[in-house]
Amino acid sequence: MKLGPLTDTTRFVLFAVIILAMPLWLEPLGGNYPDLLQRFAIYGIFAIGFNILFGLTGYLSFGHAAFLGVGSYAAVWSFKLLTMNALPAIVFGVFFAGILAAAIGFLSLRRTGIYFSILTLAFAQMSYNLAYSVLTPITNGETGLQLSQQDPRIIDSVFIEAGSGLPSTNLFGLKMSGYPGFYFCAVLLIICFYISMRIFRSPFGLMLRGIKSNQNRMRYTGLNTRPYMLTAFVISGMYAGLAGSLLAITDPLAGAERMQWTASGEVVLMTILGGVGTLAGPMLGAGLIKYFENIFSAFNNNVLMEIFSFLPNAVAEIIVPIVGLFVGSGWHLTLGILFMVIVIYLPGGIVEGLSRLAKFAAGERKSSKIAGGNTSPQDQPGE
Amino acid sequence: MDAVLLQILNGLDKGAAYALIALGLTLVFGTLGIVNFAHGALFMLGAFCAVTFNKLMLISTKVEDTSVTLFKAFKEKPYLEIWFPEWGPLLIQYSVPLSILLAIPFMILVGYVMERGLIRHFYKRPHAEQILVTFGLAIVIQEIIKAVFGANPIPQNAPDLLSGSAAIGTWLGLSDALVYPYWRLVYLGFSVVIIFAVFAFLQFTTYGMVVRAGMRDRETVGLLGINIQKRFTIVFAIATVVAGLAGVMYTPILPPDYHMGMDFLVLSFVVVVVGGMGSLGGAVSAGFLLGIVQSFASMTIVKEFLPGIDQIIIYLVAVVILLVLPRGLMGRAGVMDD
Amino acid sequence: MSDLVLHLDNIQKSFGGLSALSDVNLHVEEGTTHAIIGPNGAGKSTLLNVCIGRLKPDSGHVTFKGQELTGREPHEIAQMGVARVFQTPEIFPEMTLLENVMLPAFSKRDGAFKLNAYSGLAQQGDIRDEAEHILEDVGLADQMLQEAGSLSRGDKRRLELGMCLILRPRLLLLDEPTAGMSRHDTNRTIDLLKKIKSRGMTKVIIEHDMHVVFSLADKVSVLARGEIIAGGKPEDVRENPKVKEAYLGGAH
Ligand SMILES: Nc1ncnc2c1ncn2[C@@H]1O[C@H](COP(=O)(O)OP(=O)(O)OP(=O)(O)O)[C@@H](O)[C@H]1O
Ligand SMILES: [Mg+2]
Repeated sequence: MKLGPLTDTTRFVLFAVIILAMPLWLEPLGGNYPDLLQRFAIYGIFAIGFNILFGLTGYLSFGHAAFLGVGSYAAVWSFKLLTMNALPAIVFGVFFAGILAAAIGFLSLRRTGIYFSILTLAFAQMSYNLAYSVLTPITNGETGLQLSQQDPRIIDSVFIEAGSGLPSTNLFGLKMSGYPGFYFCAVLLIICFYISMRIFRSPFGLMLRGIKSNQNRMRYTGLNTRPYMLTAFVISGMYAGLAGSLLAITDPLAGAERMQWTASGEVVLMTILGGVGTLAGPMLGAGLIKYFENIFSAFNNNVLMEIFSFLPNAVAEIIVPIVGLFVGSGWHLTLGILFMVIVIYLPGGIVEGLSRLAKFAAGERKSSKIAGGNTSPQDQPGE
Repeated sequence: MDAVLLQILNGLDKGAAYALIALGLTLVFGTLGIVNFAHGALFMLGAFCAVTFNKLMLISTKVEDTSVTLFKAFKEKPYLEIWFPEWGPLLIQYSVPLSILLAIPFMILVGYVMERGLIRHFYKRPHAEQILVTFGLAIVIQEIIKAVFGANPIPQNAPDLLSGSAAIGTWLGLSDALVYPYWRLVYLGFSVVIIFAVFAFLQFTTYGMVVRAGMRDRETVGLLGINIQKRFTIVFAIATVVAGLAGVMYTPILPPDYHMGMDFLVLSFVVVVVGGMGSLGGAVSAGFLLGIVQSFASMTIVKEFLPGIDQIIIYLVAVVILLVLPRGLMGRAGVMDD
Repeated sequence: MSDLVLHLDNIQKSFGGLSALSDVNLHVEEGTTHAIIGPNGAGKSTLLNVCIGRLKPDSGHVTFKGQELTGREPHEIAQMGVARVFQTPEIFPEMTLLENVMLPAFSKRDGAFKLNAYSGLAQQGDIRDEAEHILEDVGLADQMLQEAGSLSRGDKRRLELGMCLILRPRLLLLDEPTAGMSRHDTNRTIDLLKKIKSRGMTKVIIEHDMHVVFSLADKVSVLARGEIIAGGKPEDVRENPKVKEAYLGGAH
């Protein structure tokens, strides 16, 4: 099988190795904290799932945060009612996100284009507003849903003596914080990547791309686009639910702000930044955004003063406030600018940029397009 | 009856703000074909024009406080009051409406730069990319405002003369309890004037005629050899100014902060889509409609009956309208259908 | 009547005030090629739109092999075996020609819904072979790994024809299949369509090119201003004075 530079198996192995080795290669880059690593993996899952919808079908959902939030709530309730074990939490998170996605998708997919985007946005905002107000008994409103000493934890109470403090999440006894937590998320991320790769390579994926490319043509060749679209929507909602439950597993707390439309915007951003419709792009985008968020927001003026201490004082005093605008709490400004630059100059995202670079490096070697059984959609930049 | 009238009135001023923002959004969408997610940020920029203008007027110096007789005390006194003791204080009072004078040129400039520098390059690009790039721009504007003005809301006052409430109930021979702040009346009147001005411009000037034709069929108008580029810039600037003025005048109702633009944008988008993408009349009527519906949903009796309804009503209405009427209230066929 | 494939019964369709089709009756028999000709704006494409469910007629019925088509969803109609080549080519421009032809085969097989998400495309050897075969038939085999968007207009049309052929439709509707083609390609397309005919596929073909009409059609109907003004054997229709008038005094 000739797939340009990489075969799928190599691609997958490479992905797995890079993810599992993150603690190693992120060490010199100052990114080796379990918390941060967990977030890389979790948001990677979120973005990869989002890409199954947006990348393949071209339907831009602005409401995926709702599924993230539901996943978190379901997971925390599983901790409260059943057990601190991570597995049931994941199952419930994915399940409820899937149900919600089926309902929202069923209605929203009646419309296309911006109407679809607005419908998803409206549903997500409704979920968010309800989580803040009348659903307080389930969501604990503004405070957010937390564990408490009084929780029944039916299953755990049979096997384990209740300790004095709050119990921590675990996987059959293995604590889900720190590095074990990261590796747990990483393994799930790798599985998710694999599934997404299979979908991209399958007739199902090709049909979804057909819908993106020319929905009418698909209909007039006999495809009932509804169930296909709905399946893609539910799958990507379930990915979001998984990400949401993992957020709760690594830090057992669920707040409504996770459902706000800014969170939906964030996943769009990650996907675009990495490369819509590419396999590894969303992971790349998620990683970069979370990495820079972490690095940049840690800076404050004192840190900056130190960095620029080699400069004469007067110069440093001018530079520091200016740079300060872009870091620390001003990190969003950098993000906004970065975002604009990417959309303006590199609408295919970083992956497209890299492949352009690679082509440039390989000279004018004619790039052959491989089709059918050997298609590699990720080599064709998203529109 | 009174309660109903009061809710309608309460809904109107918010609805007016939605209508003004949605008007510009849909004007830009209809003529330029651009989905502008930074439009809410323009509303917010307008509001901060008022803040800036107010700050400028209040530039002060220390003067001796003569009301303190025991010791020598100082107080801040705006230069305006020192230079013009007669009408300086009056000017300061009227800083919100006066800041329109600052807002108009400033918003024109912003609109011009934005259209020439950014929007223009996105005419032919997919809507998703337009949304994304303007979304990025909105974040940038928002963060700059936050860096300059801080994160807290900055209250602005209506002129004393207009800061009370109108006894509308008494005027209409209804209950005395029916009162409505003067400023909101002003805002309402102001919006109506602006809306009419925009419509009149489109209806009665040849310029507007071309723009309307462009909304209907951009390609053909382009083919006629009309310099559509220049007109696009002007349309964009008009939309910018309308959003900005809507923001300026809204400051006494809602103290502006850096994220007000996003809050209004999401709702205004819902408004535009409910009205029908590309339909000006649809945008304006949907704006007022949703404002009023929202205000009714916040009535206590309604909330008791349907808890939480006030939180979701706008979105609920939007969902229902979009599912029942595929193109919103007044949308035309063929606009964003695929 | 069992050999009637397509039957249009009193079809009416108007857009606002404009009556695009009025009282159209049409019978297409099994295995025949039925040409529809008529001046621009006569309502020919509208007629096909009604057949494939893109437009709902205001009144009247369309039946296909005795089954009602009116009111059905486009994908159902396609599943029943009606395929169409559009006037402006409807293809997947970002995909390769091979993918373009393979996709309809998947639609046909899994159209109702099948979560075929795990098996790789590489396992779909039979469909791939068939697609390659069809690309040869339409004369595009040597470009099969190219992106479809880069094709010329005529080639796009042939590609779309291939996309319809892989569906093995029982009724093929062709809206000006040779428009924009060179003489050479037109003749090739005629040959191809003749070959299909020998396999017994029923066709309705809209054409302006009389050479194509006379090479292929068993029957001709003439549509002018939404009405069928003449019909019958090609030779007869050619001599019909009403037809000449419609073309000369028509929308040209
Ligand atoms: N969706 C529509 N909405 C409004 N009018 C339409 C629509 N589709 C077609 N028409 C009108 O109906 C009439 C018939 O159009 P149709 O496309 O069927 O003609 P045609 O015979 O295919 O012409 P041509 O040879 O140019 O393809 C035309 O006047 C056209 O403008
Ligand atoms: Mg036609």
